[in-house]
Amino acid sequence: MAQAMPNLRDPQPIRTRREPLPFPLNIWQSAVGRKWIMAVTGLGLLGFVLAHMIGNLHVYEGPVELHEYAEALRELGGHIIPRTVLLWVLRLGLIAMFGLHIAAAYTTKEISRRASDDANFIDGQKNYPGGRDYIAASYASRTMRWTGPIILLYLIFHLADLTWGLLPHTDYVRGDPFHNLSTSLSNLPVAIIYIVANVALAVHIFHGTWSMFQSLGLNNPRFNDARRILAAGLAGVILVGNLTFPILTQVGVIDPDDNPCEGSGSEAAALECFEAEIEKAEA
Amino acid sequence: MSENTINLTLEVWRQNGPTEKGRFETYEAKGISPDASFLEMLDEVNERLIDDDKVPVTFESDCREGICGTCSLMINGQAHGPNKGQSTCQLHMRTFSDGDHITIEPFRATSFPIIKDLAVSRAAMDTIQQAGGYISVTTGSAPDANMIPVPKPAADLAMDAAACIGCGACVAACPNSAAQLFTSAKIQQFNLLPQGQPERWKRTEAMVDTMEDFFGTCTNHGECFEACPKEISLDFIAFMNRDYVKAKVKNRNLSGQKS
Amino acid sequence: MTATMNSRTTSPALDSKVPDGDNATLWENHKFSMKLVNPSNKRKFTVIVVGTGLAGASAAATMAELGYKVKAFTFHDSPRRAHSIAAQGGINAAKNYPNDGDSVHRLFYDTVKGGDYRSREANVHRLAEVSVNIIDQCVAQGVPFARDYGGLLDNRSFGGAQVSRTFYARGQTGQQLLLGAYSALNRQINLGAVEMHNRKEMLDVVTKDGETAGIVTRDLLTGEVESHSAHAVVLATGGYGNIYYLSTNAMMSNVTAAWRAHRRGAFFANPCYTQIHPTCIPASADHQSKLTLMSESLRNDGRIWVPTAFDDNRLASEIPEDERDYFLERKYPAFGNLVPRDVASRNSKTVVDEGRGVGPLKNGVFLDFAEAIARDGKATIEAKYGNLFDMYANITGEDPYKRPMRIYPATHYTMGGLWVDYHLMTTIPGTYAIGEANFSDHGANRLGASALMQGLADGYFVLPYTIGDYLAGKLGEGVVPTDDPVFKAAEAEVADQTSKWLSVKGTKSPEHFHRELGKIVWERIGMARDKNGLEKAQDEIASLESEFKTNVRVKGDSSSMNTELEKVGRIADFFELAKLKARDALVREESCGGHFRVESQTEEGEALRDDENFKHVAAWEWNGEDTAQTKHEEQLEFNDVPLSQRSYK
Repeated sequence: MAQAMPNLRDPQPIRTRREPLPFPLNIWQSAVGRKWIMAVTGLGLLGFVLAHMIGNLHVYEGPVELHEYAEALRELGGHIIPRTVLLWVLRLGLIAMFGLHIAAAYTTKEISRRASDDANFIDGQKNYPGGRDYIAASYASRTMRWTGPIILLYLIFHLADLTWGLLPHTDYVRGDPFHNLSTSLSNLPVAIIYIVANVALAVHIFHGTWSMFQSLGLNNPRFNDARRILAAGLAGVILVGNLTFPILTQVGVIDPDDNPCEGSGSEAAALECFEAEIEKAEA
Repeated sequence: MSENTINLTLEVWRQNGPTEKGRFETYEAKGISPDASFLEMLDEVNERLIDDDKVPVTFESDCREGICGTCSLMINGQAHGPNKGQSTCQLHMRTFSDGDHITIEPFRATSFPIIKDLAVSRAAMDTIQQAGGYISVTTGSAPDANMIPVPKPAADLAMDAAACIGCGACVAACPNSAAQLFTSAKIQQFNLLPQGQPERWKRTEAMVDTMEDFFGTCTNHGECFEACPKEISLDFIAFMNRDYVKAKVKNRNLSGQKS
Repeated sequence: MTATMNSRTTSPALDSKVPDGDNATLWENHKFSMKLVNPSNKRKFTVIVVGTGLAGASAAATMAELGYKVKAFTFHDSPRRAHSIAAQGGINAAKNYPNDGDSVHRLFYDTVKGGDYRSREANVHRLAEVSVNIIDQCVAQGVPFARDYGGLLDNRSFGGAQVSRTFYARGQTGQQLLLGAYSALNRQINLGAVEMHNRKEMLDVVTKDGETAGIVTRDLLTGEVESHSAHAVVLATGGYGNIYYLSTNAMMSNVTAAWRAHRRGAFFANPCYTQIHPTCIPASADHQSKLTLMSESLRNDGRIWVPTAFDDNRLASEIPEDERDYFLERKYPAFGNLVPRDVASRNSKTVVDEGRGVGPLKNGVFLDFAEAIARDGKATIEAKYGNLFDMYANITGEDPYKRPMRIYPATHYTMGGLWVDYHLMTTIPGTYAIGEANFSDHGANRLGASALMQGLADGYFVLPYTIGDYLAGKLGEGVVPTDDPVFKAAEAEVADQTSKWLSVKGTKSPEHFHRELGKIVWERIGMARDKNGLEKAQDEIASLESEFKTNVRVKGDSSSMNTELEKVGRIADFFELAKLKARDALVREESCGGHFRVESQTEEGEALRDDENFKHVAAWEWNGEDTAQTKHEEQLEFNDVPLSQRSYK
């Protein structure tokens, strides 16, 4: 006997209910609440991804402008808040959202696994041994739990590559984003990683955006059709925007040789070089 | 009306009891009329099994006109078979062609334990409704029926939700075994009406929490809608999600108050 | 109000307990004169409700609200599966919202007249009175009835009435009302006031010293035979339409609970009254397991006809106009296709029996919309009947916009049932019957949209009052414990019966015998009955029954779910009922409502009542397996609705 005799009249719960926490922590205690949190954090992350993509378009203005954009981010809050503090606040917010998003995804998936995988799982017989025919579930919706981890791994890679400078294929120079980006993406395997990961990201965003409306309960016959269009549109814009970076680097539009400060070698040298360049331009 | 009969090969899930090991058995269903319903085809298979002194396949059905929600079956991997907006009893054999192989399985979910063969227990769905699927009105205490006008769109939308027959196809079709479509229909049927307002937040919390005791979480695949014999809209799930989080806000205790 | 007007008198065994007085104030006054159980004493009483359809669920919920300890039983997996759910049309109530002159009195009058003067006036009046409360109750429960743009309730008209008094929720009124009653039941289950027993089939009523002690059930999941004791038992187990095998009833609908009560002393009344609905989809082959009803409203625009020639195999479109017989329009020029249900049904049967039936099995008549489509356009017809046309196309595979529909009558409601008094109590003290399971309110014919009304009236507003009158007398008495010898004996009998079927080991399936029984009952005790045929039916049923008992093959075991074993016991009860039905039809030598004796008809072929000799309820008393039942008569009095003969010319 692979399983205990189920009670056919009074079914056994698949999870135990806990004592309710005070509001708003109790939202987390339910799966519907967790999906709501996933949606809210997803919305935040989506905003970040979109802003990040748009900000990165500065690369097409040139190395100096990209440098200025990066500096501006560090200078957020102007002279009211010390340099990089607001940026860090935003980063911490992002990290928190990421954490919650992943935790919600993992735990709800775990509930679903318990709700479905054990279904008459007898002596190794799988759920629906006869196979399940998907009708509505899109490729995107069914692969959320694969695109999610891919994005997480890619994120770590991306941070190691262009934020922490830990990877060997670039001589990372802090303060020269153009250099870092152009040299990294000139490497074909790296470019392929970026392309694959961004396709996964777009697929994730496509289902995530539509799903977000459902989870938040944003539903109105007036705009319901627009939700799918918006999901596809956002995913498309982000995909196209993000893919231009590796592809245009590979074809040579973004070229390390265009960088006047290429070869600075250190943060201090790069900063000095860019300041000189800016002064030159102003003059 | 066709006089040509068709021959089919059925792969039917047989399982003697809730804890027994199940297996597929193959039956030849020969000379089936295209005008027979799917369940009548199974009746015929069963009659032949009895003729051969074999134990017939256990499956459940009752009204056979698509309203009671007793029939189930996963037919070729689809809850209630391939046709949209139909329950298994409304599925007719003219949908299939001569020589087809049909795989027939029970609805599966952890909270739908198999009783025997193709019959499952869907008692968990009752438990959800018992948690709050009602308006507390004691017999005799109701005001005149026309006392509270209900806007026609609200009444119509409530009726759309109330059309749910509680068959469990949404759970069976869902890769997560989530019961969101069922539960949301049962909640919104009341939440959309003026009569349902006093208990709206309590009902929503109670029914969602009970649902989560037994079923999985929604990832918005939309499979449930495709399988639903009454084509209950996914919008009800969104309404439920909204009401649930709102309920958390509305039902919070005042400081110092015990729940 | 005991009748002494004609030569016949009411049997002393049948005390209808109808109080004296004017029908208009009878119920109101009686509510005051009945004994009450005070609120703190109600919890000392246990009531069992068997069946959770409209009547059962509403009764269980309401009695639990009052404070009684209620145990509810259903053989379904959930109360919400009961066949009340399949009712389409609507529910009548004398609300007079459309301001078209409706009143309690008019609803009462229409129902008595529609029942062809074979119902009890006092019961019907009470039904009409509480009809208005039902609508209030259901709306408050959240039943989404159709509304007009002002947000108020919408009404439509239905057969047999000249006012619009039918409330409806799309074509799913029964479903919505059942879900309403089910929600009330759920509330009580949640509060712990109702103990719900799913998947348990009642197989016996247990009495001690002539009074109700409880029931014996069989657990359909484990086969366990259990006893449940109570102060009173309420049977809300529906009708016996499946005696015909093919009917619009659900597959599992059966007479077993009522029949077992009959065998324990409850009289069975008017088993010959069956309503045959004219517009159902004909059977397509032997494999057919049930018939599907289509709304009668189709007859408003469709024309019914058959070819004039016998065995005409041409397609409808190939048959020229002058070779068509629009038989209803020909015989009833005034009402045409809109004659009442029984008249339409009977005439369809006549032409099919003549050999002019249409379809592959020659078992239907055409319902033709060609003229309506030509006149009003396809869009108009589609707007009116689109869902019905779709349903028809789905079942038959034919397009009714292009080819005429084929229809044929089918059984769909049974007016007969357990005899009950004004309190809805059967002849077993403490055992009640409500809803379709009793005989009381519809006489020999039920009007459209009245079944739902009666089920809910009994459950919400009648039984919860009347049961108190009986229980008040039991104060201080405990229930009979389930280890009492009466229970043990009943349990042994049930267990014995069950294992008996498994040991027959014959050669034919239970389904086979049910189908054969259905053929006999349909042929001989169907739409038109005659002496000769009814006598033959008795013999045929008896011989088929003896073959059934010795040659049925039931596979599987009795200790796990076994739908064949469930079925065989129900079929056995249908056999016994069929014999009684034939006898009841035989001795009722008149035509009335759903009972048409060929010997008793007007010159125009209409049902001809014999009020002199048959203005009574026939209630049959069980005398044991080998002795025929005894007939008792309850004479009926008509004080407010004068007797008259129907005519639809």
